[in-house]
Amino acid sequence: MSTLFLALTITMAQIILGLAMACSAWRVLKGPRAQDRVLALDALYLAGMLLLLTYGIQTGRTLFFEAAFVIALLGFAGTVALAKFLMRGEVIE
Amino acid sequence: MIQAPDLPLWAAIIVGVFVLLGAVLTLIGAFGLIRFRSFYERVHAPTLGSTLGMICILIASITCFSTLQSRPVIHEILIAIFITLTTPVTLMLLARAALYRDRREGSGGIPDD
Repeated sequence: MSTLFLALTITMAQIILGLAMACSAWRVLKGPRAQDRVLALDALYLAGMLLLLTYGIQTGRTLFFEAAFVIALLGFAGTVALAKFLMRGEVIE
Repeated sequence: MIQAPDLPLWAAIIVGVFVLLGAVLTLIGAFGLIRFRSFYERVHAPTLGSTLGMICILIASITCFSTLQSRPVIHEILIAIFITLTTPVTLMLLARAALYRDRREGSGGIPDD
């Protein structure tokens, strides 16, 4: 009973997170200017990280936690580098 | 295909409710990314997913792994601390870059001080 309930809710949450990723991807493709695309990319990797965490809950393995942590670290570095590039025109001065 | 950990009922209810709540909050934030008109409105929307949505899913993950391994597992707090520290930094950098670009090109839609 509780396993069925958990399986349903986790699968539903994964579908909802996939929809959130699709919304962000639409803004990445459509976004009128570069800053819109960078903002949407930030939201996209965050939703992807949460999706990996739900996979970790579903399978009960801690492997997915490490993948989510790496995505969080690299996504931060990527967004900061892109914002710096939009501001100055180069990443490392 | 359908797979879930074998948890007692109370833990299953906590995990299910928090996972679903976090996912719905993240979807609302991403939907705001589509709905709002200007960049300066859009920059607020995804933070709903990166604060409350993330915390709800991490609470579910902590509950799940603590119950499965029958000891407190709190390494998910690392992600919470990291995202909470970095989201304001990245969004402020991005908003300042956007403001600089808009002012340099003299385009409209810049919010007043």
